[in-house]
Amino acid sequence: MNTEYLKELGIIKGDEMILNMGPQHPSTHGVLRLKIHTDGEIISFIEPHLGYLHRCFEKHCENLSYEQCIPYTDRCDYLAAMHMNHGFVMGVEKLMGIELPERVEYIRIIIAELQRIASHLMAVGTFGLDVGGITPFTWCFRDRERVLDLFEYLCGARLLYNYMWVGGVSHDLPKDFIKRTTEFLDYFETQIPEYNQILTGNKIFIERTADVGVIPADVALNYGLTGPNLRASGHSYDLRKEEPYSIYDRFDFDVVVGEGTHGTLGDCWDRYYVRILEMYESIKIIRQAMADIPNGDVHEAIPKKVKPPKGDIYTRYESARGELGFYIKSNGKNIPSRVKMRSPAFASLSALNEMAEGWMMSDVITILGSLDIVLGEIDR
Amino acid sequence: MDFNNIKKLLSTNHGEAISVLEDTEIILVPAEKWSEVAKDLKENKDLTFDYLSCITGYDNGAGKSIGVAYNFYSMAKKHSLEIRIEVDRENPEVPSVEKIWRTADWMEREVYDLYGVSFKDHWDLRRILLPSDWDGFPLRKDYKEPDYYNGMPVPKDKSYWE
Repeated sequence: MNTEYLKELGIIKGDEMILNMGPQHPSTHGVLRLKIHTDGEIISFIEPHLGYLHRCFEKHCENLSYEQCIPYTDRCDYLAAMHMNHGFVMGVEKLMGIELPERVEYIRIIIAELQRIASHLMAVGTFGLDVGGITPFTWCFRDRERVLDLFEYLCGARLLYNYMWVGGVSHDLPKDFIKRTTEFLDYFETQIPEYNQILTGNKIFIERTADVGVIPADVALNYGLTGPNLRASGHSYDLRKEEPYSIYDRFDFDVVVGEGTHGTLGDCWDRYYVRILEMYESIKIIRQAMADIPNGDVHEAIPKKVKPPKGDIYTRYESARGELGFYIKSNGKNIPSRVKMRSPAFASLSALNEMAEGWMMSDVITILGSLDIVLGEIDR
Repeated sequence: MDFNNIKKLLSTNHGEAISVLEDTEIILVPAEKWSEVAKDLKENKDLTFDYLSCITGYDNGAGKSIGVAYNFYSMAKKHSLEIRIEVDRENPEVPSVEKIWRTADWMEREVYDLYGVSFKDHWDLRRILLPSDWDGFPLRKDYKEPDYYNGMPVPKDKSYWE
């Protein structure tokens, strides 16, 4: 790029240069382009360019019936597709006033928490990869694979499920699913200490992540950060506790918050470690849900026609990346008049400039990795 | 604080500008009053809406108004609120709240991108999801897909690919 020209325009100052990262870059976790203004190694400004994966989700929804929208929500956050399904159908159910059978609620909770484990494993693994550790990545993938196997056993799909339907779920739990899940949890609980050995307490890892990309709780909140990213800054906010949807109020679990163990509160290490601890909480919830899951018909409450009455609803859902919102406007037809998705990663990414300013090039990768973004959900 | 108290408080502070959408718990605010009300929402000790959850653009149909819906939540007071602003579709202009809640920065850009609502005093109002050379605002109900995009024909029915 012509530096002199950019200087004349006042786009860059002094000895700055503009460096492009992405859209084809392995550590941008998808097709994200970052226009980085640097002075030597020091970042002065980051301008993310989005939209490379824009698939017009919201426009599509205005031309599809509610049932047909569900597979599209899968493809938004392909790493936590069950959460997307769940968030969307919850909105439609609220709009229609559907009472769900107990069994469906329990199944949904079990599946959503398994999905949270799978998604956090991906986040932790790729974060390790970003800061230079390849082994934890393969370990995380090995264990995530077991969750995906469970999902495959459950509904036939490994990544994009279309499992949660309005008023129910597509399949009841297959035979032995509870047994297999228990086996997985027993195995998985012994694995988390191994991650702690290889990553959490690793001196190189701590050097790379502690004190880097600190965001205080009030700034994080102002930028709309939610989920693990906000909790890592010490703000105890989890929709599962705050506004318990589904049947989360029946389970006993803790909201994990960052403590600034190895540096300042709200640094990359905290964001990483919150995810590790949340996996323990998910295990707790799954075990409780599996212990008292009732019998019943999972297709009982599925309506013949999904035709919500006229009205609007905004539902919030705690997905693996934060607060997922669905704003659904219905005009009484079987096709929504407007579906808006409030994407948690979109808000997280908007804070990137705030967090990365003044840090080195290599730290941008760390900070971006710690935010756990999924471009499918940002671009929709 | 429940909805009625919030409404009462806002009406005492801002007079007749505040109205409630029929049969709902949604407050309508005229665009010219919005920056004042927004500041109050954030700074009033009884409201403290410190978290702006979502900004949604919507279209009431061809020839009707364009709306923007704001969903707030207060972490401190544990209450939520939805506010709507409806503006003329020919010249939709809403004051920006990007300086009050930083998260509004990108969310407003998204609404601008898809609905063409121009947010007054926004520091960097550009398209965010669509390419910068895109024509028109695709989520408007009267949007017609162009025949050509940068000289390339836009496939519209099966005859293009079958």
